[in-house]
Amino acid sequence: MKQLKLVLETGEEYLGESVGFDLENIFSLGELVFNTSMTGYQEILSDPSYCDQMVVMTYPLIGNYGVNKDDFESLTPSLKGMVMRECAEEGSNWRNEYSLRELLERFKIPAIAGIDTRELTKKIRDRGVMKAVLAPVNYPSHNIQLVLSRSLGTDQISRVSTKSPIHFPGDGKRIVLMDFGYKKNILRSLLTRNCDVVIVPWNASLETIQSYRPQGILLSNGPGNPKDVPEVLPVIRDLQKKYPMFSICMGHQLFALANGADTEKLKFGHRGANHPVKDLKLNKVFMSSQNHGYSVTNESVEKSDLEVTQININDKTIEGLKHKTFQAFSVQYHPEASPGPEDTGWLFDEFLNSIRN
Amino acid sequence: MGLNPNLKKILVIGSGPIVIGQAAEFDYSGTQAVKSLIEEGMEVILVNSNPATIMTDKETAHKVYIEPLTVEFLLKIIHKEKPDGILPTLGGQTALNLAVKLEEGGHLKRLGVQLLGCKVDTIQKAEDRKLFKELMQEIGEPVPDSRIVNSLEESLDFATKIGYPLIIRPAFTLGGTGGGIAANEQELILYTNSGIQASPIGQCLIERSIAGFKEVEYEVIRDSKDNCIIVCNMENFDPVGIHTGDSIVVAPSQTLSDKEYQILRSSALKIIRSLKIEGGCNVQYAMDPHSFQYYVIEVNPRVSRSSALASKATGYPIAKIAAKIAIGLTMDEILNPVTKKTYACFEPALDYVVSKIPRWPFDKFVNANRRLGTQMKATGEVMALGRSFEESMLKAIRSLEVGLYHLELPTYKTKTLPEIVEKILKQDDERMFAISEAMRKGMSAKAINELTKIDLFFLNKFENIIKMEKILASKGKSVETIRSAKRLGFSDRYLSTLFKEKEADFYQWRKSNGIMPVFKMVDTCAGEFESSTPYYYSSYESQDEVLESTKKKVIILGSGPIRIGQGIEFDYATVHAIDAIRSLGYEAIVINNNPETVSTDFNISDRLYFEPLTVEDVFNVIERENPIGVIVQFGGQTAINLAKPLADRGVKILGTSVDDIDRAEDRKRFEELLRSLDIAQPLGITVTSINEAVEKSAHLGFPVIVRPSYVLGGRAMEIVYNEEELLDYMKRAVQINPEHPVLIDRYMIGREMEVDAICDGETVFIPGIMEHIEKAGVHSGDSIAVYPPQSVSQDILERLSATTLSITRALNIKGLINLQFVIYQGEVFVLEVNPRSSRTVPFLTKVTGVPMAKIATKALMGVSLIEQGYFHGTLPPKDEIAVKAPVFSFAKLSDVEIALGPEMKSTGEVMGKDRVFEKALHKAFVAAGVVIPDSGTILATINDLEKEEALKLFKRFHNIGFDFVATSGTAKLLRDAGIHVRVVDRIGQSENDIIKEIKSGRISLIINTISKSKNVESDGFKMRRCAVERGLLCLTSLDTTEALLKTIERNTYTMEPIS
Repeated sequence: MKQLKLVLETGEEYLGESVGFDLENIFSLGELVFNTSMTGYQEILSDPSYCDQMVVMTYPLIGNYGVNKDDFESLTPSLKGMVMRECAEEGSNWRNEYSLRELLERFKIPAIAGIDTRELTKKIRDRGVMKAVLAPVNYPSHNIQLVLSRSLGTDQISRVSTKSPIHFPGDGKRIVLMDFGYKKNILRSLLTRNCDVVIVPWNASLETIQSYRPQGILLSNGPGNPKDVPEVLPVIRDLQKKYPMFSICMGHQLFALANGADTEKLKFGHRGANHPVKDLKLNKVFMSSQNHGYSVTNESVEKSDLEVTQININDKTIEGLKHKTFQAFSVQYHPEASPGPEDTGWLFDEFLNSIRN
Repeated sequence: MGLNPNLKKILVIGSGPIVIGQAAEFDYSGTQAVKSLIEEGMEVILVNSNPATIMTDKETAHKVYIEPLTVEFLLKIIHKEKPDGILPTLGGQTALNLAVKLEEGGHLKRLGVQLLGCKVDTIQKAEDRKLFKELMQEIGEPVPDSRIVNSLEESLDFATKIGYPLIIRPAFTLGGTGGGIAANEQELILYTNSGIQASPIGQCLIERSIAGFKEVEYEVIRDSKDNCIIVCNMENFDPVGIHTGDSIVVAPSQTLSDKEYQILRSSALKIIRSLKIEGGCNVQYAMDPHSFQYYVIEVNPRVSRSSALASKATGYPIAKIAAKIAIGLTMDEILNPVTKKTYACFEPALDYVVSKIPRWPFDKFVNANRRLGTQMKATGEVMALGRSFEESMLKAIRSLEVGLYHLELPTYKTKTLPEIVEKILKQDDERMFAISEAMRKGMSAKAINELTKIDLFFLNKFENIIKMEKILASKGKSVETIRSAKRLGFSDRYLSTLFKEKEADFYQWRKSNGIMPVFKMVDTCAGEFESSTPYYYSSYESQDEVLESTKKKVIILGSGPIRIGQGIEFDYATVHAIDAIRSLGYEAIVINNNPETVSTDFNISDRLYFEPLTVEDVFNVIERENPIGVIVQFGGQTAINLAKPLADRGVKILGTSVDDIDRAEDRKRFEELLRSLDIAQPLGITVTSINEAVEKSAHLGFPVIVRPSYVLGGRAMEIVYNEEELLDYMKRAVQINPEHPVLIDRYMIGREMEVDAICDGETVFIPGIMEHIEKAGVHSGDSIAVYPPQSVSQDILERLSATTLSITRALNIKGLINLQFVIYQGEVFVLEVNPRSSRTVPFLTKVTGVPMAKIATKALMGVSLIEQGYFHGTLPPKDEIAVKAPVFSFAKLSDVEIALGPEMKSTGEVMGKDRVFEKALHKAFVAAGVVIPDSGTILATINDLEKEEALKLFKRFHNIGFDFVATSGTAKLLRDAGIHVRVVDRIGQSENDIIKEIKSGRISLIINTISKSKNVESDGFKMRRCAVERGLLCLTSLDTTEALLKTIERNTYTMEPIS
């Protein structure tokens, strides 16, 4: 049993068993966040929004049902590590192809098990998200301190976004999906509704997008700070005037910034499958799948061209926005689910219906 | 939405007596609901027939009626109280069925009472098989191929079309009574007949068996705004085929990928929306282990056993929220009572694993068919939490209190692998132990999976436990291995036995090496939000979360799972003790492991530790909390048994001292005590060999009562009438040796009396004396108890009081004591003394108005009875008579003898009270579900000893319009007395034997006293079982018969010609 240590920015060290990629003499640095989903580890670790992050799984048994071919949310996971109480040796499920441990090795993701993940979660909750390092047990402490002082960079979106456009033909409406690190299930949600989808790189120009003669625009989810990509804001402003637009997560934050609202970093974010979102018009609450570290600020919306459509009933943060003039709306969470509840899948229909109108 | 402005006064219906399939979970949900309604300003009227419940305390609701749960009695209450609404969704199937009857009778409409929680058509859609199937098809939810049948012909016809195996599910029954899985035509005939019989509407669903699929449940809540959430999902360790109440259940699901989880979640939401339920609901699924195909098995449009489990497993109080929803509030308006920061409209996230194991009554019913299937057989359950599956499972096993501390049944060790495989295939309550033994003997998880269809995930976890056993055996005791073993949940008992050490020494070693558990909090949100829930479980992790407190603390031990002999009565007393401790300004800490109960509602105490009740687990909590002492006298024998081992570890036992407990429980010491007090008891002896037993019994004189020492609920106790029977008992029922002596007492046939008393060490206060209807020899828990006594002289009562006072003082009782007496030839003999709270405490509390457990708690904490306003002596009875009647679950347990005897058999109790004895008795019978005939045919077979006494009763029955069918001997008795009787043949003697007679439907009552002749007896047994299975009243005691007769006489007319 190989040991590994997890060192937090605040200095605490945790020893555990290495259950993923063998780090040997290297280390892995990331932002330490926690996710409270009880299922869906495969989707979580392949969600590009976790780029440069290390995920603490609060549920203690991870890997129970193994890994299958269908549930990847991206081809290559981009997270920096997983922290678990227990990682199954093998999975048990009819779709199981190989174990979680094998996946972690294949994609070179370091992972640590045997950790009191509840203790760690409470630390993150109380002090906010922080940087952390996974390293071999004998890795020198002063090196780790140096590593922890490094910045995580601001280029996550460009790293996970497609480099060139990809076309998924369909006989329905043509949607351009701006890829800030999209989850596969956003694409699947459109394809099952017969859409003809063109995925374009995050920094595609207005002209490029227009050249596809889209009927609607979808801004995807993605990693990092929305303020790291100011160059996309003018494009969004132009697009919303011309096409119906739907934005998810990072897309929602960029849509807000583009319309004069502001975003801020949350203390420890929202990551899980049980977040209650209230639709103010329907006066109904939906369970949502969430994964975000930033949020649109309430005050800033008041001065913008946007209005709030949905809020989180726990901390009252903004969960949905719409443009006062244009056919454009957004949600902070993941209506495509995967993992998580499918309660808000109807938003895709609403988006497509807005195109018809 | 806000509160419904039309509701001010609400009638809540309870679930009645504890029976298999409907247990303490409804006291928990009902109590929670009533409190929740009162919080919202409602006036709450409560009705339930079960006195042993917290919900029927007069402090719980504005008005409490302990009355039979029938339409007749409910209507009286509705007329009198004029409630605006009636809430039936928290009282189990009983309350739901009553709601349907009230609505169908047009009563609710006529009286302007609103039905809350769900509509009658919802209940019907969920419960009527045909309507349910139609609704599922309408909304596109898959159900297995099935047909509703009302006759055997229809059932056979369906079988020829789709083949076997088939499941037979009777409509509208508790716990699937009467149903089963049929692999062939013979079994189909059997189950269709019993199912049609069991169903109140004579209807069954025959469906394609999906045995072997994963069984998964979802607990759903919906409000009037159509907000829906899943509180929890749960996966059965046992695949479809075993009733979920009899399955080992794990929460959350472990083997479903997110895709599967969400498919079922979305389905559950769709179903609750289509049923328009406003409140809680449970949906059961079968999931194909090889595809996304799933089937909806069942929907319960109410809170259930599963929702109680889900509430305790997650911390989310389903009943409380459901009650608020029923009066109009919506989940986004209700604060999450756990975090108090977030709202009730969210889905709990768990960061631990929960295991539930049912507690079966097979230790009592040794002859019962232990095979598990669609008919639930468990009386209770335990739950345990851990940070690994292994930990939660091993904790649950030792919570069961079946003498096991590990995933291992010692008797299996010597069996061969083929024998073990046979055990596995038997699919009984011990299957998990057979599986582990097979693994020890080299069978692979894969092979067991093929045999049982139990998911490999669970089997791999079992294998981890076996692997650890091997590591321990080969590597020995090292800090590293022991730490790993403790993280997997291994008990000190197992480990110390393995290393041939005393458990206490092993514990010291473990402690000195820093291998100690921490306590984690249950907070509904996996740590995401700050919470201060005082609800903890132990685990071998790094961070402890127990909130520090400077208050003085007292630990109260609960009574564990509900079983025959130790039921909800002990949870009742525990909850009262908690209240009293809190009222004295101490912090009350509870340790218990029963998810059904009120005591494990974390709002009841200051701190709840959900832990096994073993020395190790309890001591861990004591070490962490450092209380001023531990109270053991309210948690039944479970807690009392922990007194000595805890005291040996230096723990202060509050209340009666360990030595005095021993003086009451140790036979020799107790005999000495009585002798010194000059108090009589039936002559008794203790023997350690069979020869000694035979020799000394002859000296005592037959009949004698024989039993092993230290018993609970009359376990393995029998009355034997001669040497032959004694020898048979010795060989069959007990293990006899110097370490396990057997007790033999003279059996005195007389009136049995029961007394509960409270003492502060000085003053002894007796709230009441009870008389049992059945003579000594019928277990006190199975006899009808009457308060105040009706047939005993004042002189006897005074002598009972005096004896109680002197024994109680002599034992230095601090707290409660229970005494049982027999009156034999005008003399008082002591049968038994229990230095603890008893089964009759809630009943006496209700009828005397004396909160006994609370007073006792205060007394043992040093507040004298005089200070509390009580006195030395007996409280005079009120002008009211109360009758406590036992309730049995025989219909659920095939092959179980129903005749009453010294072994306790009842699962629950009801109370009837009135100003007239016969009326109180009548209410008790009705509440117990007895259909009292007022005329008709009695089938009688009476043993020779009791013929004379029986004849007196028969004459009285005859006078009020009953006629008789009897076996030859009894028939002669009647004929000689000039009463017309038709003779019926013994079983198998002819076409028209007694069984045929019972099945004919012409009989309205059976009176059958047990014969001592073995071959007659086997007939008697068959006859009684046949009666139970036909739902026919069968009385085996002439005392009970007379009681019933009295109520019939009171309510009917004499049929005599003029003279």
